[in-house]
Amino acid sequence: MRTSLKWLQSMVPGLTNDPQKFCDAMTLSGSKVEFYTVLNKDLDKIVIGQVKKIEKHPDADHLVICQVDVGDKTIQIVTGAQNVFEGAKVPVVLDGGKVAGGHDGSKTPGGITIKKGKLRGVESDGMMCSIEELGSSREVFPDAPVNGLYIMDDDAPVGADAVAYLGLDDVVIEYEITSNRVDCFSIIGLAREAAATFGLPFNPPEVKEVGDDDDVNKYISVDVENHDLCKRYTARVVKNIHLAPSPKWMQERLRSQGIRPINNIVDITNYVMEEYGQPMHAYDLDTIAGHKIVVKNATDGEKFVTLDGKEHELDKDMLMICDGEKPVGLAGIMGGENSMITDDVKTMLFESACFDGTNIRLSAKRLGTRTEASGIFEKGLDPNNAIDAMNRACDLVEELGAGEVVGGVIDIYPEKVNPWRVKFEPDHINAYLGTDIPKEQQLKYLQKIELGYDEKTEELIIPTFRQDLLSFADISEEVARFYGYANVATTLPKTSATAGGKSYKMEIEDIARDVAEYCGFSQAYCYSFESKKVFDKLLLPADAPERAAIEIANPLGEDFSIMRTLSLNGILTSLSTNFNRRNENVSLYELGNIYIAKSLPLTELPDERMQFTLGSYGDGEDFYSMKGVVEEFLDRVGMVDKVTYDPSNKRPYLHPGRCADVVYDGEVIGYLGELHPTVAKNYDIKDRVYVAVIDMPYIVKFANFEKKYTGIANFPASTRDLSLVMPKKTLAGDVEKIFYAEGGDYLESVKLFDVYEGAQVADGYKSISYRLTFRANDRSLSDTDVNTAMDAILNRLESMDVTLRS
Amino acid sequence: MVKEKLEEIRQKAIASIEEANDADSLNDIRVKIFGKKGEFTQVQKGMKDVAPEDRPKVGAMINEARAAIEEKMTEAREKMQQKALEERLKRETIDVTLPAKKNKIGHRHPNTIALEEVEKIFIGMGFDVVEGPEIEKDYYNFEALNIPANHPAKDEQDTFYINKDILLRTQTSPVQVRQMEAKKPPIRMIAPGRVFRADEVDATHSPSFHQIEGMVIDKGITFSDLKGTLEMFVHKLFGEDTRVKFRPHHFPFTEPSAEMDVSCFKCGGKGCRFCKGEGWIEILGCGMVHPKVLRMSGIDPDVYSGFAFGVGLERIALLKYEIDDMRLLYENDIRFLQQF
Repeated sequence: MRTSLKWLQSMVPGLTNDPQKFCDAMTLSGSKVEFYTVLNKDLDKIVIGQVKKIEKHPDADHLVICQVDVGDKTIQIVTGAQNVFEGAKVPVVLDGGKVAGGHDGSKTPGGITIKKGKLRGVESDGMMCSIEELGSSREVFPDAPVNGLYIMDDDAPVGADAVAYLGLDDVVIEYEITSNRVDCFSIIGLAREAAATFGLPFNPPEVKEVGDDDDVNKYISVDVENHDLCKRYTARVVKNIHLAPSPKWMQERLRSQGIRPINNIVDITNYVMEEYGQPMHAYDLDTIAGHKIVVKNATDGEKFVTLDGKEHELDKDMLMICDGEKPVGLAGIMGGENSMITDDVKTMLFESACFDGTNIRLSAKRLGTRTEASGIFEKGLDPNNAIDAMNRACDLVEELGAGEVVGGVIDIYPEKVNPWRVKFEPDHINAYLGTDIPKEQQLKYLQKIELGYDEKTEELIIPTFRQDLLSFADISEEVARFYGYANVATTLPKTSATAGGKSYKMEIEDIARDVAEYCGFSQAYCYSFESKKVFDKLLLPADAPERAAIEIANPLGEDFSIMRTLSLNGILTSLSTNFNRRNENVSLYELGNIYIAKSLPLTELPDERMQFTLGSYGDGEDFYSMKGVVEEFLDRVGMVDKVTYDPSNKRPYLHPGRCADVVYDGEVIGYLGELHPTVAKNYDIKDRVYVAVIDMPYIVKFANFEKKYTGIANFPASTRDLSLVMPKKTLAGDVEKIFYAEGGDYLESVKLFDVYEGAQVADGYKSISYRLTFRANDRSLSDTDVNTAMDAILNRLESMDVTLRS
Repeated sequence: MVKEKLEEIRQKAIASIEEANDADSLNDIRVKIFGKKGEFTQVQKGMKDVAPEDRPKVGAMINEARAAIEEKMTEAREKMQQKALEERLKRETIDVTLPAKKNKIGHRHPNTIALEEVEKIFIGMGFDVVEGPEIEKDYYNFEALNIPANHPAKDEQDTFYINKDILLRTQTSPVQVRQMEAKKPPIRMIAPGRVFRADEVDATHSPSFHQIEGMVIDKGITFSDLKGTLEMFVHKLFGEDTRVKFRPHHFPFTEPSAEMDVSCFKCGGKGCRFCKGEGWIEILGCGMVHPKVLRMSGIDPDVYSGFAFGVGLERIALLKYEIDDMRLLYENDIRFLQQF
């Protein structure tokens, strides 16, 4: 929404001229100002001049020498403008004055100073200006030539301030109005706010009742079939239309709102729209068949051409304005080509209605035609405003001599909206705000914005244009904003103490972050949605359960169309970005959700599972370094002792010989491995990539932070080193399980210290060497103790084709 | 006779010990004096020829001489060791300006760093940190927040829908409702989390970003409490000198509502490029929880009141660390992350 400061001042006498002061105060009382533009900021010493005499320039064909009357004197100006003529009244910038920019429309911050000088040897004492040099445009001065001086009207007083005469001595203010304040999408609404903000009187326009002895019912009848979508429909008729330009004051105000003046009738509808925030429409009554208006829904597939020449296909949910035979307008959106006002118009039908906001919004969206009118209607208007706007428009028609208003109004308004009441509770308001504003002061604020007060019932009477004021809380905001949010004290809640803290889940996530970072991994943030193509990139087969992803109905494009069901893509995409930017040795981790549907299509909320995902490439990275990070984490959450690694589950995106599921107590809680070379290629990473994914809900379930001191060994340990030869496919983990199963109570630890494959052992075999440490808490172990355990171990191992290396 | 001999040995020994300059020569001296055939040993052996009545006296003389020599030897050895240590330390001097051997330690994402700062402040004020689902029911994201069906805020242009009842939450505010349904007042919570809006990716927009929701519900909570709490938050986050400004605003789920600006921490409020000349930076939206919202969530607005606020996490991270492009936060370029 924008307003001209001058227009506001016309309704709020005494309103400040200082735009900054105005804007700051309005913002703090709730009408947020985005910015303001002082139209004449870079204009200085520009007067109305009249060209008295034109002579050729002796030395330049394209220049002429003009004698220009600027009121108190006549000055000589050399110009190249083609449209100059003797008798023309033009804006003239005098010596030392300023213009806003070039005649090409470019603006120069601070303006351009014009100085006396010589043009091709001839003295020139100033400059005659184009509209662009005055900082404006042909958009709002349609009478300005494409390239030339702005020729002012014949009434312009020579010597007077040209900027003021053109209405450019104004400030245009742009507001961000919130959706609840429909009333503020109008000059009247903002003037009311300004008056309340500054404690000044508010004088909205006085509307005279107009209309001759004729009867509108002789010209038109209106039938509203769908009252739900059309809460009120008012119509009046204007006959003997005399199209002409609107007067200067109206043009100025329209211009300041950025609206191009066209003719008196169009300008009046636009003017009322700005002033009252009520869109209006004018039909050529002679095109209305049967002198009848019917407001009803369209039929599916019906075609209609709007006044911009576009054809639309309608549906049964769209509200149409029809005549006796055919549709003549898309209600609240745009009129029809078949009924629009043309230069030949004799009699006109004015429509001022209140349509259902939601319906207009949805219809405009389906049609792809969002107009200024629909943008206003969709906010949901006050039906009582419709008639005020209608009467204002008719008053202006008479005032401007644009036609004769026919007596009587058609007003279809079956369910009148009346002002409603809200209990006035000044003490409660103070308790709610933490303030101590006297009751009388509160009332003063509220009456300033036209709330009534019934002293007997202690009720506030809410005018219907304030649809947002329904309850106590709404009233308290009104009091607060005029009291000033800044004047409300700052206190801290005096409530019962609460301890505060993070959830257990979050604390475990903090541990994951700490471990990852200590292990050299930096934190990544990845998107939750991705493309279905990810599944192919990760080589998932067509029937992979991961492909059962939740789809977004209205995605931003295929790349963001499904909710991820596995987390690898995010980290791999980030590693790829790094690799292709030649960043060496990159290790990243992410904590983010995957989304697992319980059933598809979704009928209940999915399972959101936090994933701890690690990925890295570069020097020194291998399967075991990644395994080290996983174990470090599992150790911190007290789970490492029960974790085993199962290489049998071949995940398609991992190297089949270098992958493992991380298993805790029989549950797969994650996986790790080297990325499948084909997947690495799909992500354009020309290096080995290692990844690990831990499914955090399992960590939350199994984490164990109980710690108990078990004493420090007082007796010496016995150690046994043994080198074992076994088939290559035998897993060290399985051998270690035997150690612990058969090693007895005294086996304290097992440490692998060598793995060998090569000439020293038979083909297809490998050698692994361990140091086993035995210890008792209560005595020094004898050889017999240890040997018994070792025999048991070796016996079991032999059955697995694992023997002592000779 | 013995006395003279002893004195002679002693003199000689001490002289040679003083001359000795390494452990080996010291050892040689020891052998020469105390060895099997050593001079001193010879004297000791001569004890058998000493008259019995003189033996105690001679014995004492021998012991005294021995002690003196050994003391001298120990002294010499310690001196030598000290010297050797000094030489070693000198030899081992290194260039301390050569590069450090660093452990590779990873870096936390600026979003998380900012979030942790915010969490720390609110935990200190007794707030719980809670979470809610990212794929959310339309009811919690809109309806229960006083945004009825067909409200323009629900427009598909902003909201990613899964179907008509389920969507990607557009705000963390639904966590307010879930907490009110689950808990009895007093409630003090913040709910950080990921939210989604259909904005194309550019320098200031991302279809996925993070908010931190906050809410306090109890008896007698006032608008001035809201102001005080948020002012304290800002002072802790941006510094005690930061000024705050509350402007009236509109959110369907709070009334009165406000937006909070903070004085530009770059220019202190004078106006600069950073704050676009305004001197103020918009930082969060807040308000008193709408009585309708309280009632829908099962809390009696005649007994309880509360306030709520929502902060954009990325907004704080971008401001605090002067990051000029939001896309950097989701690219995960290690050269970016390493700066935090």
